Amino acid sequence: MNRKDIVRDALREMPRRSRRLFLQRSLSLGGLSLLTGCSVVNEDKAEDLLRHVSRFNDRFQAWLFDPNKLAPTYPESMITRPFPFNAFYSREDAPTVDAESYRLEVSGLVMDKHAWTLRELNELPQTSQVTRHICVEGWSAIGKWGGVPFATFLKRIGADLTARYVGFKCADDYYQSIDMPTALHSQTLLTLTYDGKTLPREYGFPMKLRMPTKLGYKNPKHITALFVTNTNPGGYWEDQGYNWFGGS
Amino acid sequence: MDRAGKLHLTMSEPQPQRLTTHPGWLRATHWLNALAVLVMVTSGWRIYDASPLFSFLEFPNAITLGGWLGGALLWHFAGMWLLFANGVFYLIMGIVTGRFRRQLFPLRPVQIWRDLVAAIRGQLSHDDLTKYNAVQKLAYVVAIIDLVVIVLSGLVVFKPVQFPLLRTVMGGYEGARIVHFACMAILVAFVLVHVVMAAAVPRTILAMIRGR
Repeated sequence: MNRKDIVRDALREMPRRSRRLFLQRSLSLGGLSLLTGCSVVNEDKAEDLLRHVSRFNDRFQAWLFDPNKLAPTYPESMITRPFPFNAFYSREDAPTVDAESYRLEVSGLVMDKHAWTLRELNELPQTSQVTRHICVEGWSAIGKWGGVPFATFLKRIGADLTARYVGFKCADDYYQSIDMPTALHSQTLLTLTYDGKTLPREYGFPMKLRMPTKLGYKNPKHITALFVTNTNPGGYWEDQGYNWFGGS
Repeated sequence: MDRAGKLHLTMSEPQPQRLTTHPGWLRATHWLNALAVLVMVTSGWRIYDASPLFSFLEFPNAITLGGWLGGALLWHFAGMWLLFANGVFYLIMGIVTGRFRRQLFPLRPVQIWRDLVAAIRGQLSHDDLTKYNAVQKLAYVVAIIDLVVIVLSGLVVFKPVQFPLLRTVMGGYEGARIVHFACMAILVAFVLVHVVMAAAVPRTILAMIRGR
């Protein structure tokens, strides 16, 4: 599975509207020429430079990331109600995944590549936490997520824990990837419940990855496949310009 | 710098045309800081607009930088390095050369009041650009502190998990957002006054370019 294939797949599957946006956006760091009133700065060069700095910022954040530092947890009384819906589509368009036929496909640098049923996932040891979800837009909301510590799952499938990335594909055509140290962080949850109940459709049924150490867009919902790799698989928003590490 | 310092301590009659008002490091850091602040504020406005803190306040796209949230974030997280590196160098130089102590202090409320009244009456003297009046000193000290707090609160918004102590000081993630915004507002107010005052005494702009 290489980056090119994933980007090609994603582009093919991306709704036409967001495809148009993708092209517009990658061309529009135009605020600078608005400011100066002319194209003093070559936009391609400016964008190139900014993307270089963003990749440097990935390395800086990886260096700053402390695997033992925990995100703050809160009492249940502080949970934000209703917890906001957030995606690149509206609430009605959230995908419906059939629980019975659902399988979580596992591939890449792992020993056990069998596809997991929802029941099998539910039988793994569970935990829950009340943490703050921080959106890249700036807003935040506190919620309660429950599920399997992702480190437990990765060990269970015999993942190569020295590999660099874990990639995800989702039922809503979202795709995402994270660094291994964050995947192994004790608060990173393969999430099956929200607020004590089965994860609702709008929050990512049947399964999402919840990381209080990363911004919201790094937390994929409706995950149908995951893979362990040494090639950075990118992400839905990252490939349009968001910072890849996206850590808190 | 030392020369300038000693000169206006020992000489009774200032000779502004001959003196180096602003040493090279100060002029360089001033203009680099101006560029960094321009990038940070205009891209920051675009980021703010993605999720406004106040329902009555949004910044028109035409005065923001980045084109969209993702572009603004790229600018903001690139500009931060310039703001930070340049700011740290400026603070070190300001302390090591003694310029802060000499130019900005002592700062007494009585003097501030006296100079404020004089400023309102248009009676402040601008003959000697090597000496700052007390209101000016206060404004610069506020701007310096404001920039330090804006970086620290920005660090909490950027990395709330990695800086727990700073996060607590700032009143949590949401508190840090408000501090960051308030510092921006103070900074923009400072810049507006600063630019108007500089335009009113154009020699000060020349001094910040040529050094005298």
